Amino acid sequence: MSESRKKDNLTIALAGNPNSGKTTLFNALTGLSQKVANYAGVTIERKEGQWKTSDGTHLLIDLPGLYSINASSPDEIVARDVLAGEISDLGIPDCVILVADSTNLERNLFLATQLQEFQIPLVIALTMNDNADRQGLVVDENILATGLGNPVVKINATSGSGLLELGKEVRTTVEKGLHTIAPKWRDVIDDSGNETGNRNDIFQRYAFIERVVGAATSVRAGKSEKSSVVRSEKIDRILTHKVFGPLVLLGVLLVVFQMVFAWASLPMELLDSGFGFLGDAARSSLGDGVLTDLLVDGIIAGVGGVLVFLPQILILFLFISILEDSGYMARAAFMSDRLMGGIGLHGKAFLPLISSFACAIPGIMATRTIENPRDRIATILIAPFMSCSARLPVYTLMIAAFFSDRTLWGFISLGAVLMIAMYLLGVVFAVLVAFILKKTVLKAPTPPLLLELPPYRLPNIRTVLQNMFSKASQFVRNAGTVILAISIVLWALAYFPVPEMGTDQASGAQTESVAPEKGRLEKSYAGHLGRLIEPVIEPLGFDWKIGVSLIASFAAREVFVSTMSIIYGMNGEEAGEIEGEGKIADAIRDAERPDGSPAWTPLTAITLMVFFVLAMQCMSTVAVVKKETNSWRWPVFMTVYMTGLAWFAAFATFQIGSLMGF
Amino acid sequence: MKLSELKMGESCRVVSVDGDDSLTRRLMEMGVIPGTVIRVVKSAPLGDPIEIEVRGYHLAIRKTAATSIEVVQ
Repeated sequence: MSESRKKDNLTIALAGNPNSGKTTLFNALTGLSQKVANYAGVTIERKEGQWKTSDGTHLLIDLPGLYSINASSPDEIVARDVLAGEISDLGIPDCVILVADSTNLERNLFLATQLQEFQIPLVIALTMNDNADRQGLVVDENILATGLGNPVVKINATSGSGLLELGKEVRTTVEKGLHTIAPKWRDVIDDSGNETGNRNDIFQRYAFIERVVGAATSVRAGKSEKSSVVRSEKIDRILTHKVFGPLVLLGVLLVVFQMVFAWASLPMELLDSGFGFLGDAARSSLGDGVLTDLLVDGIIAGVGGVLVFLPQILILFLFISILEDSGYMARAAFMSDRLMGGIGLHGKAFLPLISSFACAIPGIMATRTIENPRDRIATILIAPFMSCSARLPVYTLMIAAFFSDRTLWGFISLGAVLMIAMYLLGVVFAVLVAFILKKTVLKAPTPPLLLELPPYRLPNIRTVLQNMFSKASQFVRNAGTVILAISIVLWALAYFPVPEMGTDQASGAQTESVAPEKGRLEKSYAGHLGRLIEPVIEPLGFDWKIGVSLIASFAAREVFVSTMSIIYGMNGEEAGEIEGEGKIADAIRDAERPDGSPAWTPLTAITLMVFFVLAMQCMSTVAVVKKETNSWRWPVFMTVYMTGLAWFAAFATFQIGSLMGF
Repeated sequence: MKLSELKMGESCRVVSVDGDDSLTRRLMEMGVIPGTVIRVVKSAPLGDPIEIEVRGYHLAIRKTAATSIEVVQ
């Protein structure tokens, strides 16, 4: 310890309640030097950054937001481990900064009484001083400091005021070293009764805090604005109103989805043609060969096919961050808790699940706000049932091929009905599976709800953008590792064995003229696998060609369409165009089995759609779940149970449909 | 009486917080202890959970949790 006090570069932990302004301060102090990783063995974010002050560059560790640190939740255990020096590569921090909201001192300072027990110098940074001032609340930081026994600095992270003083105070406090006296709250004798143990401990701390805060704060006479709490309550008269509340929530979701799809389509097309261009350029400069094929068809096409979803993911994250930072996310959880509680989940599961209708990846990453690991995993496991945007090309192809101009009772488009039915089917299965999971593998009572409804505030642009980019970069890094590996494997399956020259004749009874890609795919391992699994998928009405496409579309669901187009002997460019889709639809409709019967019927199309609603056909989701749960156990479980469920549901659809004569 | 029996907009003072689970402990750590004044703000659109104001901030808890908080008006 004595050595650490002399060094220039300190290790400083940043602690504070959720919504205390801790993240804003962390961003202001560390800027772009942030690194986000996970603590070993758990999925709690480990955020670190460099804080440059006049006397050194400190390592700032952003602890999870905490109300208390009695080590009863994974977040608290991690925070305690950091403060106790039990994180192997960190050591005991030289100093702790507690970020406390001036307008809500009592609850915020409860944590201070606990931090005082770690033998680490403590500095308190008061935030939201503007708000306090506006509502006529006067906080005397000197009285507060004397009362608590720790230095107190008023800061404003957005304007930067007080940050220099904070740096100096940290240095002085570290150099002064620890007070050897016991925390002051222990001196308070609580007279509230005969409580003992933990409870008495809590009462004693609050009695101490009430006394200190009472002495340090006063209410200024004269007119002052309504506090942000009162203002928020007024806003909530509409936003959590019995009737208008749910309507507004629905409206917000509609706007978010509209934006996600409207804003993402152009950058997605650009990325798509960009990767196409990159592939062409690579091929023309490298010449033909296995390595070129690996690079172009395996790596660029595979990883590129996933990265085209990046704009959608970014925009969705942008909105999730805004909703979270403004305080509306907590209201959405408040309003939907009853609904989610019905299937044993937490209100906080609502928005991640809704987000999954655009893409399960941001949805799954947004489950981090759910504290209890079991509830979080249950939410993650059902998120992919929400029909995401990558399923749309599959649904539209099927509808274009078989239901395009059919109507129900003459005026309702059958395609639209089927589309809605697929979305509903996913929701129904999500509810059923959540219910079953919570009774079996993830058996636990409905999680308790203790949800702070923080005052509304304008989202901090910096926090929002930083959150968005940090999540997006995690996704891209994933794309660079797990997704890259799976892309290469899928490519190799469809590429090898390399056909011998001169024997390029299609196998089986296919007699139509054969495009080279098609011949290769048929003879490849993927083609063999497609035939190998044919007995398994035959009861679903699927032939081996569909089998091959199912295998290939594990990369991403929309790959099904491009694989189909290769298998039906079209060249790739055609397939990408609008008319191309029409051509695949025609090809599918006209396709015949070796015995001359049609390979596809409307029932096959519906069965395939049902399969795609439920099957885990997305390597990116698997990669994200691996990352978020920190083991292969859940992604493997997820893939197996979803595929199994998809098979049974498709089997039931096809067999019952056949019996009914469709 | 129990906190869950209060009408919307009514205030009360906590007498005791019953139970020994992590929820009641967390409630107390967040400042819901004997002597604390609580105001019931509203209930969610589906009737549960309820929103309360305590020590100057707003908190949502389920009605089942509110039954374990004994209060006087």
